[in-house]
Amino acid sequence: MTALARLDRVTRRFGDVTALDDVSLAIEPGRIVGLLGPNGAGKSTLLSLLQGLRRPTSGSVELLGGDPSDYRNRRMLGSTPQETALPPTLRVGEVIDFVASHFEDPVPKGELAEEFGFTELLRRQTGSLSGGQKRRVSVALAFVARPRLVLLDEPTTGLDVDARRTLWDAVRRQHDGGATVVVTSHYLEEIEALAERVVVIGEGRVLADDDLAAVLDRVGLRMLRLSTPRPEAVAALAGVVESRDAGDGSHTFFVRDADAAVVELVRAGIPFSGLAVRGATLEEAFLALTSHPSTLESAS
Amino acid sequence: MTVIRLAGIHAKYALLETMRVPIAVIGSLVFPALALLFFVVPQEVVAADPFFATQAVISLSVFAVMSNSLFSFGLTISEDREKPWDPYLRTLPVPGMARVLSHVFSIGLMGLVAIVPVIIIGGLFTAAEASVGRILFGLLALAVSALPFMLIGVCVGYSMPSKAAIAVVQIVMFGFAFAGGLFLPPMMFAPWLNTLSTFFPSRQARELVIWAVQGGELAPWVWLGILGWIAVTLVLALVLFRRDEGRRFR
Repeated sequence: MTALARLDRVTRRFGDVTALDDVSLAIEPGRIVGLLGPNGAGKSTLLSLLQGLRRPTSGSVELLGGDPSDYRNRRMLGSTPQETALPPTLRVGEVIDFVASHFEDPVPKGELAEEFGFTELLRRQTGSLSGGQKRRVSVALAFVARPRLVLLDEPTTGLDVDARRTLWDAVRRQHDGGATVVVTSHYLEEIEALAERVVVIGEGRVLADDDLAAVLDRVGLRMLRLSTPRPEAVAALAGVVESRDAGDGSHTFFVRDADAAVVELVRAGIPFSGLAVRGATLEEAFLALTSHPSTLESAS
Repeated sequence: MTVIRLAGIHAKYALLETMRVPIAVIGSLVFPALALLFFVVPQEVVAADPFFATQAVISLSVFAVMSNSLFSFGLTISEDREKPWDPYLRTLPVPGMARVLSHVFSIGLMGLVAIVPVIIIGGLFTAAEASVGRILFGLLALAVSALPFMLIGVCVGYSMPSKAAIAVVQIVMFGFAFAGGLFLPPMMFAPWLNTLSTFFPSRQARELVIWAVQGGELAPWVWLGILGWIAVTLVLALVLFRRDEGRRFR
């Protein structure tokens, strides 16, 4: 199976900031790939390299067998503008015609509008649309070309639950129709809903690349919060991934299995008080894992 | 062929966007015609003399093209850079050359439209005269001499935000218009000002078009000057374009 897109040891710097650090990745046709990571992890930079908007500082990027900065290699690529990007004075139908004119065999306007649910908006100027309507039009633009590879950057950020579900359904139908989709998000929920393969990115590096279930398992951390005179002893217990001083005399410990960790804690005879357990949010789990990237790798 | 076809499509939608806010273009379209109507037509000495009247019409045509080039390129590019639509268009399968040409097409068309009222008013209300062949040759000369203005507009567009670009374009435009003898004919200039004037692309453009329409001798400083301005502004535009690629993403 040849890859639709491939990054080979790609590094991209902006001045002193390293946005991507020695990333290698291949996108094969078929599965929806989720790029998961906190804001600033390098997800958008990665997409912009595939779109030919930027060049890597070192390493090589290949899109559909060629250089993405050559426009001919972007014929089978679908991308989404930011929702605020649509030219406000143009009508929705005109924007779609405009984008469609770049491709040999575009999806008819009416068919696309029906699929993404904005048939009644075709005559409206894009400036008059609500945020959710703009989002639907923007995502639809990525599919005008009947592309083989579609890059969706945070497709449903800021949408309410219903609008999000509707859009996910449309994306899944397009995927079933033969488009390979790469979707970035910092919402675990979005990745869970769409992706089959998940690539976790943090601080410009690939931290994990696996099936959805396997990745969920790894980023699903629990947080133990307690006060103890011997925090270093707790941190040394088996199963503790990361510890942090909360600043008010208590400490927070990230663990994979909260029950097992409490048993260990009691068994070790470490004195503690004020124990509280809750699930870590994705953001918290990332912060814990990215500060020790080796924990992710050793788990795989 | 793809390049030309896509450039035409991009130009079409750029014009469509512009036309939806018509007031934005009226300034650059109407101002040169008004200037001719107010400053040239009432002056018997100029308006009644075929030679001077023709030169006055040419001066204001150059002004129309210059202001249109500076404003459109400077503002369009600096505004586009601030909009997220531009990076989206760059992900479509469209060669960069088509994007640049689309600007030239759409702005060139607006430039032509701006000249039409000047030529009509000049023909009806002054003694200005020229054969159709000469007028066409003059339009060609106008197009060539507009290149430095377009490139200066590109430089402005890539080097500053749109609010700064408006101010800079206005200063450059009126400075060039005056120094180039587009408002006051150069024969009214003091000798030192006349010498200084020959270094301005607006003066060079005026002389080139006058030569194309009225004939006579073309001084070497005219075409040397235009070529020089094209070379310098082209290099500067490319440098600024490249710098911009690295800078806008910080």
